Amino acid sequence: MAAMNMNLYSRGDKLFAIAVAVLIGLFTAATFYPFIYIAAVSFSSGFAAAAGKVVLTPVEFTMDAYKYILTDSDFWRSYLNTFIYTVGGTLVSLLIIIPAAYALSRPQLIGRRFWNLFAAFTLWFNAGLIPFFLNMRDLNLLDSYFGIIIAFAVNAFNLILLRNFFESLPQSFEEAARMDGANDFQILWKVYVPLSKPAIATITLFCIVSRWNGFFWAMVLLQSQEKIPLQVYLRHTLVTLSDDQEFTATLSSQPYSAESVTAAIIVCSIIPVLIIYPFIQKYFEKGILMGGVKE
Amino acid sequence: MINDPKKRHAVSDAPRKRSFKQKLSWFVDHVKNEWQIYLMLAPAIIWFIVFLYKPMYGLQIAFKDYSIFRGVAASPWVGWEHFQTLFGNDQFIRAFWNTIKISALNLLFGFPAPIILALMFNEIINATYKRFAQTIVYLPHFISSVIIAGIVTTAFSPTAGIVNTILEWFGYDSIYFLTKPEWFRPIFVGTGIWQEAGFGSIVFLAAIAGVNPSLYESAVVDGASRWQMMWKITLPCILPTILIMLIIRIGNIMEVSFEMIILLYQPATYVTADVVNTWVYRQGLQNGQYDVAAAAGLFNAVVAFVLVMVANTLSRRYMRTSLW
Repeated sequence: MAAMNMNLYSRGDKLFAIAVAVLIGLFTAATFYPFIYIAAVSFSSGFAAAAGKVVLTPVEFTMDAYKYILTDSDFWRSYLNTFIYTVGGTLVSLLIIIPAAYALSRPQLIGRRFWNLFAAFTLWFNAGLIPFFLNMRDLNLLDSYFGIIIAFAVNAFNLILLRNFFESLPQSFEEAARMDGANDFQILWKVYVPLSKPAIATITLFCIVSRWNGFFWAMVLLQSQEKIPLQVYLRHTLVTLSDDQEFTATLSSQPYSAESVTAAIIVCSIIPVLIIYPFIQKYFEKGILMGGVKE
Repeated sequence: MINDPKKRHAVSDAPRKRSFKQKLSWFVDHVKNEWQIYLMLAPAIIWFIVFLYKPMYGLQIAFKDYSIFRGVAASPWVGWEHFQTLFGNDQFIRAFWNTIKISALNLLFGFPAPIILALMFNEIINATYKRFAQTIVYLPHFISSVIIAGIVTTAFSPTAGIVNTILEWFGYDSIYFLTKPEWFRPIFVGTGIWQEAGFGSIVFLAAIAGVNPSLYESAVVDGASRWQMMWKITLPCILPTILIMLIIRIGNIMEVSFEMIILLYQPATYVTADVVNTWVYRQGLQNGQYDVAAAAGLFNAVVAFVLVMVANTLSRRYMRTSLW
């Protein structure tokens, strides 16, 4: 469509094109504005932030809110924890999902239909929060790094997505490897994995994003301050800042305010996402489409 | 010769009308040849059993007087008592209807948004501008709900927030939005559109990319305008995708993103904001009424399951494609 010759457009078409460009521009600006606003608040003085004087650019520029956050050891601890949960969780997910997707794609697997349904059923029906929580308690996985990493390792959606991709691969490579005496582990590792880089990149991306952003279960399952991930730390801090009158009172004599500190925490936790975002963008568009899966 | 390709057999090779002994020897042979794929499958199956199917067994506490000390199996049965409690509980009934209402609003406003956005992206001629705009509107999808809630709280704050600053420019009094029940749903649904409309447009853009270009070429020859082509070609061609996405949404009506609600609501707004899962969270995980909360969760899951099945049947019947 975009390749069409501009000269073919009538006046009405040009007006239409301009109107669409303007509307898209407005929506894009509206999407991006909150990020600019938060960044501006984080660099503004506590007084300006609390009085609602910030609109687009920092008012009475200062880094004090960042000094407050970056000197808080709990902040760094939670950052490290999120890193542990993200890297550990993603690795465990891949270690379980990739071999299972391979097995489910094999025609000779006995009960293949049953096992596929066994996985897919968990997408349609789940026991809910309470039985899941009680199960975690029975397994002694409350307040544990390992509990968080293992309990959210597998997702039937990712499994089916990768299985579909494996099924779509040509058989010829595999047959050649088989003739050379390769076993299933070797075929998976040397034939399927290299051929499936885009699909594996996609599920890796899904795992990383859901781990990095994971909040609810981390809040419910973890009690120790030193084990909580960044998102829970963020939540605790935001609630403390806005609810605790005493804290607000001590802040009134400070160069930062609840608002500017909140904004600074938000900026600090978005930065890693912004850094990896350009790298993942090419994958998630493909990934979404691979997600149009059938059992 | 475990890996002799000629010896590998599909399940369909299994002898059907042979003696038990022959079947057994076929099975032993099969396991000898193919044990590796079962070993590969085992961790995932064990995981599903331990973390998703075992809690389904634990769901029986919805019909039991659950006590932590007795455990799931030993707690006495009470039949449908918890469900009677639930349906006599105004808060639960309210949470159920709130779930439906918030989902309905999401469907009404959140569903068309990505379609409109995709249609508009398709009309952008400058590829760089399109790429830039897409990069920005996809971004909020990757931001955590805690951060989104933090941004919303800051932006709608009564004293510091930009929304009230703007209201005051126009001479209005500032409003403490997040304590006002009538504002909760608009803010929640609006936040959802802001976060997901861009990302949701990817599916529709892919459908648009699949439209046969010759349709547009002949329309141009006939002197059709871009506006007409959008209505008469693009939209009808992506209708199947729209219907499939709509059916998926209907199947997910009970799945309101309760994590975001927990982050944004407060007692003052429970009246419009409290949904089944947030109620389950408060009753079960905060107040320790595990059995009643599990019953509410079960009710929610069963309604959701029925909706998914209905959606799948609809899709199979009218779209000739099963969603799963």
